Amino acid sequence: MTILIRNGRLVDPRNERDERVDILIKGDSIEKIDKNLSGAGADRVIDAEGLVVAPGLIDVHTHLREPGFEWKETIRTGTMAAARGGFTSVVCMANTDPVNDNKAVTEYIMEKTRTEGVVRVFPCGAVTKGLKGEDLSEMGEMHASGAIAISDDGKSVANAQLFLKAMEYARLFNLAIICHCEEETLSHGFVHEGHASLLSGLDAVPSLAEEIIARRDIALAEYVSSPVHITHISTAGTVRIIREEKTRGVSVTADTCPHYFTLTEEATLTYDTRAKVNPPLRSAADVAAIKEGLKDGTIDIIATDHAPHDAISKDVEFNLASSGISGLETALALSLGLVEEGLLDLKGLLRKMTDNPARLLHLPLGHVALGAPADLIVFSDRAEWTVDKAAFLSKGKNTPFDGREVRGKNLMTIVAGRIVYTDPEFR
Amino acid sequence: MNWIHKDLLGVRELSREEILFLLDTADSFRDISRRDIKKVPTLRGKTIITLFYEPSTRTRVSFEIAAKRLSADTINISTSSSSVVKGETLSDMGRNLQSMRPDVIVIRHNMPGAPHLLSKILDCSIINAGDGAHEHPTQALLDLFTMREKKETLDGLKIAIIGDIAHSRVARSNIFALKKFDTEITCCAPPTMLPPGLWELGVTVTDRLDEAVADKDVIMMLRIQKERGGTSYIPSVREYSSLYCLSEEHVAKARKDVIIMHPGPMNRGIEISDRVADGAYSVILDQVENGVAIRMAVLYLLSGGES
Repeated sequence: MTILIRNGRLVDPRNERDERVDILIKGDSIEKIDKNLSGAGADRVIDAEGLVVAPGLIDVHTHLREPGFEWKETIRTGTMAAARGGFTSVVCMANTDPVNDNKAVTEYIMEKTRTEGVVRVFPCGAVTKGLKGEDLSEMGEMHASGAIAISDDGKSVANAQLFLKAMEYARLFNLAIICHCEEETLSHGFVHEGHASLLSGLDAVPSLAEEIIARRDIALAEYVSSPVHITHISTAGTVRIIREEKTRGVSVTADTCPHYFTLTEEATLTYDTRAKVNPPLRSAADVAAIKEGLKDGTIDIIATDHAPHDAISKDVEFNLASSGISGLETALALSLGLVEEGLLDLKGLLRKMTDNPARLLHLPLGHVALGAPADLIVFSDRAEWTVDKAAFLSKGKNTPFDGREVRGKNLMTIVAGRIVYTDPEFR
Repeated sequence: MNWIHKDLLGVRELSREEILFLLDTADSFRDISRRDIKKVPTLRGKTIITLFYEPSTRTRVSFEIAAKRLSADTINISTSSSSVVKGETLSDMGRNLQSMRPDVIVIRHNMPGAPHLLSKILDCSIINAGDGAHEHPTQALLDLFTMREKKETLDGLKIAIIGDIAHSRVARSNIFALKKFDTEITCCAPPTMLPPGLWELGVTVTDRLDEAVADKDVIMMLRIQKERGGTSYIPSVREYSSLYCLSEEHVAKARKDVIIMHPGPMNRGIEISDRVADGAYSVILDQVENGVAIRMAVLYLLSGGES
């Protein structure tokens, strides 16, 4: 199958490209990139006039819930949601049931992806068996089965000695180390400590809970000369820490999520469980610092932390509600808000969703080049639409953005030369 | 003034005028409780459910008496929140109760926002009778009622609130309500019992009890929850009481006509000495009496009454 995408604005951060050009896809890879390519002989010609063509987005932080929580999400529905959102690759976290801490689970995920997946899935294995923080998981075997990163996401590895050894051992397989930073003894709450906890009476999570472990994990990684990635950062202090460590030359990268630069703790004041997320939504000052970190490059990546839940997990008291936001289908539009604000240019934004994630994970993806895998999206950076949770392809309808008017919409997703998603209104 | 709120979830959402309107309405109901025949037909045919997920004697009885004196039918449900975790959710419980068409549900819950959850899904009126460390609006209203009764006006009052401010819904509701008037509030507790960001509410903060009570018109003591002793908040209840138990020497530093308040139940000898609790300046039992009038007013206004 050959596909010709004509007249689009190709924005490819890796190759510093932002120009009007045609792209010919043959089979699973990119055959030609040039002006005025002929559509003769192409099986499909896509007119991208006025639209952006970009490498498929890569999400370094997704929860697909399978195996074990298939009523919340499956690899099928999660990857359909990814495709709709413009993601051609997702990293799925290990907190499934059973936990992805051995090759049998990794192989199960890979096999399910082969048979039912819509986009590429790269499993992130657990650092410790059962996410219990006691014994190292078999990361070598998981790596051989397809895992490309390790994380005990959902919590930190409390035992510093153990995490140090995990970082050293992970180097054997060049696995990315993804740190969820949360000091559990400081984290018995549900909302940001300060304004939100004061007014709501809900137990608080101070910024310190994140910052103290971010400092520790970076120090551990530096000690054993391993690169380290800090995920879903939410506080001004963490931005400052990462900026300082980067300046010092430490090999650290970081991501944040659209909700941490779009919403503040105000969203939790009505006890709206859709806004319950871990780490919690922070203050306006934190949001400003996160934006500054995105602008100056301190924050390398925008991830979704897509955390789908069933309705009952959220239709309860705030304390009892599950944490998380179903984020794959709103991430691009919310992130394009940063471009609209003038904080980033389109290339700078896409770099954080394509090239930088690919580099973190050592993937040969995230760019548009001759012979490269044809993972592409076609989107409008101007189309206005209203988020409607009922239209989500994810089983998780848990979004605080339901009803929000946003700008920028993915219209087509191509994975390995196959069109896996087309917006119903796109021809 | 017309009452426009379907629910009473907190005092933070109320205006100064609405609070005064509630107090005035309560004033008009107070005499009923002092009559020989303590019943009026005002809410005849109305059904009021009290749904308590936390133990309570005073507040539940106060609501029930208030409802009965207005001739409403009352149903009391006491349960523990552990049963919610295991079985029926609060939402389902609420929807089931709603099917039996109550007019008002009074809910107490150990988790902040539980009344708000019911409010979002039910058509009947919801009254928050205390939700975790968040709010206890009728307590604040009866406290303001008592202050106004004793001091004639709320404006100009200097008030000390002393105890575990961080975990106290009574403190939060009182601060929210009193800041709508021209009052000066001093909060006093060991630093571990002060909520982060408290300054945001426009109160003065001190950890010294003698400083807190100096020159005050009102001293409001909070109940120290004994289960917090020996935790990260205080080393022991004994040490707490050696530092923060209100004695007659402290009271002597306040204004001569100071009133001493406590939401109850009191821990005598821990946060308040016997002599203070039973002293002439203590209005603790007036608070309890006024609680009935306030709850009559709230039930009346939420049930569609007009003053």
